[in-house]
Amino acid sequence: MTTATARISRPGHATATPSRNKASRERALAWARRAPLLPALIFLIIVTQLPFVVTLIISFLNWNSLSPNTTGFAGLQNYVTVLTDPDLRQAIFTTILLTVAVVLASLVIGLGLALLLDKKFIGRGLARTLLIAPFLVVPVAAALIWKHALLNPTYGLINGVLTWIWSLFGSDAPPQLDLLSQAPLMAVIISLVWQWTPFMMLILLAGLQSRPMDTVEAAQMDGATPWAIFRHLTLPHLRQYLELGGLLGAIYIVQNFDAVFTLTSGGLGTANLPYAIYQTFYYANEYGLASAAGVVVVIGTILVATFALRTVFSLFKKEAAR
Amino acid sequence: MSTLSPAATRITPEKSSSPSGVRRRGKSRMDPTRNNTAAGIAAWLMSLLFAAPVLWMILTSFHSETDAATNPPSIAANLTLDAYKEFFGETSGVSPWPSLINSATASILSTVLVLVLAIPAAYALSIRPVKKWTDVMFFFLSTKMMPVVAAILPLYLFAKTVGALDNIWFLILMYTSMNLPIAVWMMRSFLAEVPVEMLEAAQIDGANLILTLRKVIAPVAMPGIAATALICFIFSWNELLLARVLTGVVAGTAPVFLTGFVSSQGLFLAKVCAAAVIISLPVLFAGFAAQDKLVQGLSLGAVK
Repeated sequence: MTTATARISRPGHATATPSRNKASRERALAWARRAPLLPALIFLIIVTQLPFVVTLIISFLNWNSLSPNTTGFAGLQNYVTVLTDPDLRQAIFTTILLTVAVVLASLVIGLGLALLLDKKFIGRGLARTLLIAPFLVVPVAAALIWKHALLNPTYGLINGVLTWIWSLFGSDAPPQLDLLSQAPLMAVIISLVWQWTPFMMLILLAGLQSRPMDTVEAAQMDGATPWAIFRHLTLPHLRQYLELGGLLGAIYIVQNFDAVFTLTSGGLGTANLPYAIYQTFYYANEYGLASAAGVVVVIGTILVATFALRTVFSLFKKEAAR
Repeated sequence: MSTLSPAATRITPEKSSSPSGVRRRGKSRMDPTRNNTAAGIAAWLMSLLFAAPVLWMILTSFHSETDAATNPPSIAANLTLDAYKEFFGETSGVSPWPSLINSATASILSTVLVLVLAIPAAYALSIRPVKKWTDVMFFFLSTKMMPVVAAILPLYLFAKTVGALDNIWFLILMYTSMNLPIAVWMMRSFLAEVPVEMLEAAQIDGANLILTLRKVIAPVAMPGIAATALICFIFSWNELLLARVLTGVVAGTAPVFLTGFVSSQGLFLAKVCAAAVIISLPVLFAGFAAQDKLVQGLSLGAVK
């Protein structure tokens, strides 16, 4: 890194250097600027992009490590299987449902909590700290707690509390839930919403606190109702924060493995694509098929990300034009 | 995403008097003393509801196995450390220490590597930015959008071929690549807070790069760098999929150890809770230590 004597400047501050070989000097300076970036860039390309290229190649192969004799070029066969196999199709559907449900629910609840925490009340700092706690439990540990300590049909806390409340009213026949076997996907969704709501709340609270209060005050002067202020001032201001939270949450939840693995082991229609791919290559040794499914996930993610970013951008322009 | 404006001009209203007849419910920051009781109670109830599983986990971990598995729950049962003794292998002889040490090794060393790679990169993206720095930023982000499952098979096969399976160093490299893109994003936003005027002043005073880094950039960026490190530590400590596929008996991490409780049966609830508490403690500490910068870090610098 030869930047020791280089000038500190930002775009727009560029200073012309009257020099004979100005071009080569500028090139050297440009490389001096790039140098600190290169180790990180090269490392990431090797560790993330290269393996994906290999995945892409394997996805066109017929490759099951248990039967090496049948290995060969498979063309698009793996992709046809991914899109027609009922289990894998179900996994695609489950991934979409899981991601959309968790992101939407945690955004809505997170918004409610952020609105509450935006007000001053006694012990607000402590309440905020308590609210963050779910996000700071190791995901596997959180899933284990939900599975064994909360949702367990015989001695879980939820059924325990139901028993206790019903016994207060003298009933010895309380309703008992068994989400894990009756609505396993709902159990996964609830545990993930619990973990991700604090994340959304933090982002939306920061958004609320950056609201320009002068316009809110002006609206109040004009007699605007709290609902009108929320609908026409707060919500538009929060839009980009909602989109940001949704985008980041979606990136993480699409890839969720821990909750599905721990709560239901992918049983009863809860296997999402990451779990299905894990099973396909780790237990079934279908390397070609697993790779094709991986490529499908990446294509889906790119589509959603492009769409999401484009929506963000177009909404942004619409706002500006108004 | 980088277009979110930093809320530098947050207005803290002082004018609390307003014409009567204007409904003010819900606009509490202007009126910190009134009308907040209901919101406060609702906020507290929700906070307790969200914290209840964590509090229940902690309470149960101090109960005996028989008290832990009752319906209705025995909240006031006697407290005991038995579950912790069990977790640390008093009767089974299976110690969680190797997995905890593996987790600490993988998380700390990968975080150090991430910082070594991300700080110079963030410098070249903020303080002395390369030409198309936004493109580079989005390239970094795009690698994070690629799910781990899409690259895990070649990584597994590579590790198997070169004999790096069940080797903590291979896991460290994986965690470094997993956290590097988000660390670059976080770090860029923290370095961008260093005022240009200060950098120019240092340059006029003839400060060299090392001096500028130490005296101008470090003081402003240090809290952000610390928060970035803590968040990277948390993500590495939490990771399960890579650890499960790439490690085994020797290099298995704490989350892999926890998966041993997925299908256990019988009286083991207090032990599960004790395990969850112990393994979550570092994350809770790191998270609360980074609390001030947590939002900015987790939102990759988009929200301040």
